[in-house]
Amino acid sequence: MKKFLRNSAVQSLIASLLCILMGLLIGYIVLLFINPAGAWDAILDVLKNFLKTAMAARRLKLLGATLVRTAPLLMCGLSVLFAYKVGLFNIGAAGQYVAGVCASLYAALAWGWGWLPCVLFAIVAGALLGMIVGFLKSYCNVNEVISGIMLNWIALYSSNMILMTQKQEASHYTLKLKEFAPQAILPSAGLDKLFGYDKVSIAIPLAIVLAIIVHVVLNSTRFGYELRATGNNRNAAKYAGMAEKRNIILTLIISGGLAGIGGAMLYLTDIEQWSVTATSVPGMGFNGIAATFLGGLNPIGTIFSSFFIQHITDGGPNVDTNLYCAQISDLITSIIIYLCGFVLFLKTAMNRGLDKSEEKKVQKAKALAAEKGGEK
Amino acid sequence: MLLLLQYTLIFASILLLVALGGCFSEHSGVINLGLEGIMVIGALGGALMMRNMPAGASAFVIVLLTLLAAIVFGMAYSALLAVACINFKADQTIVGTALNMLGTAAATVLVKAINTAADPNNHSATIEYVEQKKAFIHYFGSFEFNWFMVIAVVILVLAYLTLYKTKFGLRLMACGEHPQAASSVGISVYKMRWSGVLISGLLGGLGGICYILAGVSQWQFEYGVAGFGFLALAVMIFGQWKPTRIALAALLFGLFRALSNVYFGISFLSALNIPGTVYNMMPYIVSLIVLALTSKKSRAPKAEGIPYDKGMR
Repeated sequence: MKKFLRNSAVQSLIASLLCILMGLLIGYIVLLFINPAGAWDAILDVLKNFLKTAMAARRLKLLGATLVRTAPLLMCGLSVLFAYKVGLFNIGAAGQYVAGVCASLYAALAWGWGWLPCVLFAIVAGALLGMIVGFLKSYCNVNEVISGIMLNWIALYSSNMILMTQKQEASHYTLKLKEFAPQAILPSAGLDKLFGYDKVSIAIPLAIVLAIIVHVVLNSTRFGYELRATGNNRNAAKYAGMAEKRNIILTLIISGGLAGIGGAMLYLTDIEQWSVTATSVPGMGFNGIAATFLGGLNPIGTIFSSFFIQHITDGGPNVDTNLYCAQISDLITSIIIYLCGFVLFLKTAMNRGLDKSEEKKVQKAKALAAEKGGEK
Repeated sequence: MLLLLQYTLIFASILLLVALGGCFSEHSGVINLGLEGIMVIGALGGALMMRNMPAGASAFVIVLLTLLAAIVFGMAYSALLAVACINFKADQTIVGTALNMLGTAAATVLVKAINTAADPNNHSATIEYVEQKKAFIHYFGSFEFNWFMVIAVVILVLAYLTLYKTKFGLRLMACGEHPQAASSVGISVYKMRWSGVLISGLLGGLGGICYILAGVSQWQFEYGVAGFGFLALAVMIFGQWKPTRIALAALLFGLFRALSNVYFGISFLSALNIPGTVYNMMPYIVSLIVLALTSKKSRAPKAEGIPYDKGMR
């Protein structure tokens, strides 16, 4: 049992579950303050999401809708995770995601590209943005968080400007892919029929495969080892003959590419249209940070955590809107991220507790041995 | 042209207030990425106070109470950052990001709940303050003067004096440069860092209420503050963590922001036919370039972002 609790993966899981429970609890208390009568039902509504409907077919369709948005969230999570393993905080994932959206939509609508080149172009766009951050970090010593934030806004405004040429006459949304660029819509490979929802595409299995690839690359390849070594101690890695500057840039290129593909995964399903008057960076990249840390900084864990976050986000509109509002799930998510900051503290506290109980045991054994020695 | 001046001054005031807040926090050694969220909560406090103000209140009372509410809300919210990052040694980037998201979400939930409680059919997240806003505004001809312009200048002077001319300020900065050394001469690093973060909450809250009073007379809380907190961060870096330079940076970035709002009213600018988004983007591009050129010998506080550990050498 003690050994089990010492395991860092188990500790991460316990910490994540604690964060979720605390987040829900605080959310529940907020609901109690707003209106005590329906608070419990509202929390259940948020947690149930698609399970709330009785009809099996509709339930499956709603599950599909959640999965469609889970895929890009997972990619943003992987983007943050990949960089974090190398000691970099890629807050720029939000902007790289926007770059991916812009590149894929523009290629689809303006140039009539098929879906595969569109996705590749989105990767390139995200990677390019990541490269700028990496270059600034390794050659100009610019903190990646600050340059990431600046680039988020630059990406947002330039995307608005570029996509302005592809918007509908009467609104501020980009053109519907279904009418203007059906060739760019991601193929569904039968998944649409399985879920009974035409937006479900290969993006979902692809995202899971990419998560597994990231896991393998980071943990079982020489390249991944070098990257992690660079993250642990940049100078030591340099001393050991690793190209630490190249590693940092490469990391952010990959990280940016992952976020970029996330943008394509959502917008090439035609589930949403980009608003060219958007004045804030979409939350997807920031939610990716939540997914990463809730997933215990593990790619496989991130699959589950991103599904959970999307699950409660989609559960939000389920609440009785006469009493509460849908943003209650945003509130819970952000509280969970806030609590994720305490994970390190939780882990040290757990280890300290284990150390103490072990020490007690040793002392007891010693005392017992001493008594026995006295008898002789 | 007068409109451009008016917008520049009011935007610069907002940026100056918030950037000075960030400056205090960073000088104490805590990176405050949550400024955006603090602004939202400060704005919420001020707006709620204006909403509940009795009709006959005098202009002075309105201004005073509104500012007070914004300050209290901002400081209380920044305490969340302080507790996590100073006492629990949490990662400052994660907590700051969380506070930004939490700010908008919490404000939206709260305002919607209040609106719905007052009128069951009202599901909006908007607070109106048409009447109360007049207390902050004074007209000189067609120039709309806002009391925040004065407040910002006063705060600038105070910030400069506090940081460089008082014992408190010098001690605060010591904690951001080398906390262990500061601790060895008997300065409580925890207290100093708490003060730094709380001051950033105070100024961030003021900046938030100033932002929602700048142009409009109602505010929809779902929209947050449209990146002004991050822009203030850019101002702070552009100003190299020094109050006087921050003031100049705030004026420059305020000008860019104002241009994006009014460029079509100025003949030679609208003739250039540059879309407004370019002016919006300019501050970020400029600060990125400045960062690239200056970061090798950056004046950033050396210990910022590193949780203080007494036992570390």
